[in-house]
Amino acid sequence: MRDLFLAVYLRDLRLALRRRVETLMPVAFFVVTASLFPLGVGPEPQVLRQLAPGLAWVCALLAAMLSVSQLFASDFADGSLEQMLLTGRSAVVIAAAKSAAHWTLSGLPLIAAAPLLGLLFDVHRDALGALLVSLLLGTPVLSLLGAVGAALTLGLRSAGVLLLLLVLPLTIPALIFGTGAVAAVDAGLSPGGHFSILGALLILTALTAPVATAAALRISLE
Amino acid sequence: MTERFRWFTFAAPARFHALAGRLIPWLWAAAAPLAAAGLYMGFFVAPTDAQQGESYRIIFIHVPAAWMSMVIYLAMAFWAAVGWMFNARMAFMLAHALAPTGALFTFLALWTGALWGKPAWGTWWVWDARLTSELILLFLYLGYIALVAAIDDVRRGDRAGALLAIVGAVNIPIIYFSVRWWNTLHQGATITMTAAPKMATTMLTAMLLMTFAFWAYTFAVVFMRARALVLERESHADWVRDLATRSRTREEQS
Repeated sequence: MRDLFLAVYLRDLRLALRRRVETLMPVAFFVVTASLFPLGVGPEPQVLRQLAPGLAWVCALLAAMLSVSQLFASDFADGSLEQMLLTGRSAVVIAAAKSAAHWTLSGLPLIAAAPLLGLLFDVHRDALGALLVSLLLGTPVLSLLGAVGAALTLGLRSAGVLLLLLVLPLTIPALIFGTGAVAAVDAGLSPGGHFSILGALLILTALTAPVATAAALRISLE
Repeated sequence: MTERFRWFTFAAPARFHALAGRLIPWLWAAAAPLAAAGLYMGFFVAPTDAQQGESYRIIFIHVPAAWMSMVIYLAMAFWAAVGWMFNARMAFMLAHALAPTGALFTFLALWTGALWGKPAWGTWWVWDARLTSELILLFLYLGYIALVAAIDDVRRGDRAGALLAIVGAVNIPIIYFSVRWWNTLHQGATITMTAAPKMATTMLTAMLLMTFAFWAYTFAVVFMRARALVLERESHADWVRDLATRSRTREEQS
């Protein structure tokens, strides 16, 4: 089981390394979208500081949805996804490995880029720390839930927009508690409760989402 | 009744089609007078509210619609799960038939809420816990409808939609709890029964009448939609062809 997980995970990372520009797209999207807000909302530092956590989260959410729609697409197109499922090895493990690879490729760079965002938006150091932890706990949830949507919409017309409509309602709890943690720090409270709930959400989705993804893949490949 | 009652009798599309066809006129006959009585009581008999004046009367539509929006989602997820477990075509069709009505009631609850919010709170919309979770519910319905509509293959559409409905149902308690914690940060306005002055019996009666009217309406519309789905999907079957010939000969005779 671990071998299978590692094999699929490392394969996806290796494939991504061969298409570096494509792999950097989510981060580029994240930074570019976020940098539009000061132009749209106005450059007052007070306003921007207040907007920053929610903005970082929403941009992370959109970047994740943008990239996750490609999670199974190329494997589906060249038939390797079907081969993987035909091997009789656990489809749940394959789904989990692909979600983990997606997070490594899109979630981690976002977290690395978040301090830059904090600098641009003049975020407090404590609040920035809370934002980083909340993103660290929350972005895997986005990848796991996004994989369910990507598997459901595999090979459909207008799959990208459909994916947004399917997955965004499910990610709202993560968004609420992720931004709530930063708001709590700003208000001088402890963000511990929010982190605990984010952690619980992460455990819950880690246990259920790969199962749902595997089921959705079977439906899509029938 | 020597024959034992069988649970799956009406899982056969042909039998369901016949049964629903017989029930629909009765359901409409129940829905119309119930709605008329409920609206009459709500708008003319029920006393004017001491605090909110006349504007509160929208609750006679708003509250039952909000109830229906949640109950229908659970019913949809239930039928999706049944369809998944027993591979029952009829259950999938019921889930499909429920979705548009559920979305309609969710929209109605949001819209009437906005109409009530303007005079009561002075604003059409607040990012309050209840309102937001109801909006998410609307998105869940729309996502389900869009997903099923996007898939041409009936079997795949059924199963993909069912999976989404079940996953969405898991999210409902999460939304509920997140909403409670969110509210402690955002001390916004809340709509609770306890905050209003004690409810008069006529108000309660009117609300219950409207609820029953909505139930009857839902059953009638969902059965009609399910019947159409049955005919569409079973168009290759003999009994549908028989039905078509029979209705044609009836038309020619008249």
